[in-house]
Amino acid sequence: MDNTRRYERLLDRYRHGDVSRRAMLGLIGASAAAYGVMGGPFRNFARAATPEQVRFDGWGGVVSEAFRQHAFDPYTKKTGIAVVDGTFGGADEYIARVRASQPGEFNLAHLSGVFDYARYHGLELTSELNEDNIPNLANVIPALQDVFRGITGGKLSAVPYDYGTTGIAYNRKHISDDEMKEKGAKILIDAAYKGKIGGWSDWKTRIWYGALQSDQDPNNIGDMDAVWDAIRANRDLVLKYWGSGAELMSLLAEEEIYVTEGWSGRIKALQDQGHDIGYLDPPGGLGWQECIFVLKGSPMEACEELLNFMLEPEVAIAVAEGQNYPPALDPAKVELSDKVKALPAFDPSGTLEGLNFFNAEYWNGNEEEWARVYSRVERGY
Amino acid sequence: MGETGAAARPWILLSPALATVAFLLVVPVLFIIVYSFWLRTATGAELPGFHLDNWQLVFGDPFYRDILLGTLRIAAITTLFCALLGYVPAYVIAMSTTRHKTLLLLLLILPFWISYIIRTMSWINILGSSGALNTVLVGLGIVPEPVQMLYNEATVILGLVHFLLPFMVLNVYVSLDAIDRNLLDASRSLGASSLQTFREVTLPLSLPGLAAGGLLCFVLAAGTYITPLVLGGPRQAMFANLVFEAVITQLNWPLGSALSIVLLVVLGAVVMVYNRLVGLGQIARSFG
Repeated sequence: MDNTRRYERLLDRYRHGDVSRRAMLGLIGASAAAYGVMGGPFRNFARAATPEQVRFDGWGGVVSEAFRQHAFDPYTKKTGIAVVDGTFGGADEYIARVRASQPGEFNLAHLSGVFDYARYHGLELTSELNEDNIPNLANVIPALQDVFRGITGGKLSAVPYDYGTTGIAYNRKHISDDEMKEKGAKILIDAAYKGKIGGWSDWKTRIWYGALQSDQDPNNIGDMDAVWDAIRANRDLVLKYWGSGAELMSLLAEEEIYVTEGWSGRIKALQDQGHDIGYLDPPGGLGWQECIFVLKGSPMEACEELLNFMLEPEVAIAVAEGQNYPPALDPAKVELSDKVKALPAFDPSGTLEGLNFFNAEYWNGNEEEWARVYSRVERGY
Repeated sequence: MGETGAAARPWILLSPALATVAFLLVVPVLFIIVYSFWLRTATGAELPGFHLDNWQLVFGDPFYRDILLGTLRIAAITTLFCALLGYVPAYVIAMSTTRHKTLLLLLLILPFWISYIIRTMSWINILGSSGALNTVLVGLGIVPEPVQMLYNEATVILGLVHFLLPFMVLNVYVSLDAIDRNLLDASRSLGASSLQTFREVTLPLSLPGLAAGGLLCFVLAAGTYITPLVLGGPRQAMFANLVFEAVITQLNWPLGSALSIVLLVVLGAVVMVYNRLVGLGQIARSFG
């Protein structure tokens, strides 16, 4: 039973004379005291009715600045609702914070789709958006929406916002474009580059690439032992598994490593800085999307209005140019800037048929075992 | 005040401290203990109850035992280096007759004004392929190309020593500073050489400080996860990294709780042994 229902029952009992006025006030007082210690029903009640602020958590940096300038400030000016702008270091860290919080404490977040969307749904943290309040949703690529709808019974708890790929970045001083094309994902298990290979420490990416290196479909792996063997081979050649985009860029720019998986936007940023870094999405390479997720217990109308602001083409394009990832806007419906059209992973057709995404059902079903085993394999087991 | 009141008075006076310890330490630890018997379901949510699965995994899987032993080994090596490197500056400051002694102590705690993560990451700019050291080595023609120095166990220990050295110096300094100088003079006047005086008088009297510094360095080193994350390679995980991974990456709070308790008990045992042999009062003296 949620707090709202509990409150309504108490009110109902009072109205029917089952509870005295004194007892009713006493219970409300006790509830308020409990709120003082650990939050409670009335805080969320108040927020849902007339929120003075909504909280947005994202990756910080230029993306947050773009949101602040193009979405949050105009939104506050129009609605009088302040946007508290928080940051997190990673999706895993954020979900841990959300789980330790009270409903309504966190509202919107710039999260990775589809895998994380399914995780939040599994933890019963999804909300239900009223799409009538988000007219700009009509401009969003349908294929990006459909995967979310498939998880939450046709409804949405988030709006798709941008997409990108995790391809292979390589230093052209040491690896030619031809060699890269010829070797594809298997260059990451090429002993010739021992000590000069990097990789993301994320278990999903390691397994995805392990599947490619063992010639399997990452969304339908038949021989898991072959995947673990490929991961072990990669582990023994790797200098460093990086944990953040900043670390990825530093390792490549400082030439600590010559080849690694990389996020398309981060590699574009390195290229823009003048580094001779190539980027290839190998056959079967990994695509992903990010979304603006609304957490259960949030003031929905206020959040939906903010989402609509964030999906304004001007805002979405500014954010896309800031973070080097194409927006989720459908190129068939919205005129995108030349800079966006030149971004890696950009799909001018808007169908995204050339990209491969995590099958959320398949990967979430194996998460517990694979994450645990990967932890061992990474450490030499 | 009656007899009952007088008996209750110490407890009344102690109650703020007891309440603080209870709410900030005992209760959270109890929560963690309870959590360790729960299970993580496939969706990531917890299944409350009394299940021994996490404990069977922690004690039955050699993976956890090996990482724990590796962690204790790295912590021990770090402590040894801290003792060797920390004794000399502590001795110099303690025996110094300069009026700038306070300034020297201030310099000692200066690194604490900078974020621990920033201090750890600074080694990348020093030891990296295009870092300061490699630039000098290549520039002087000592090596033809940059030497790979980062992302191994040695750099993890280096980062930990860098972080923990002030704790050791401070503890040893307090011990040395408290030594009655007349004892040193007596030793010399009885014919002992400087080396003998150090070996027979100064060193034994400074051992409590060395032990206190050693305890702090060991416990802090064994509980760290940032340093191996930043300066270690794929295999340089310490036990706290497994806790972080279970709680944050795998969303397996019950398993993370069981691992936390194991680390807590092991380090608690080290503290208890120290308390039995030396006493925790020495650490309190070091921090004034």
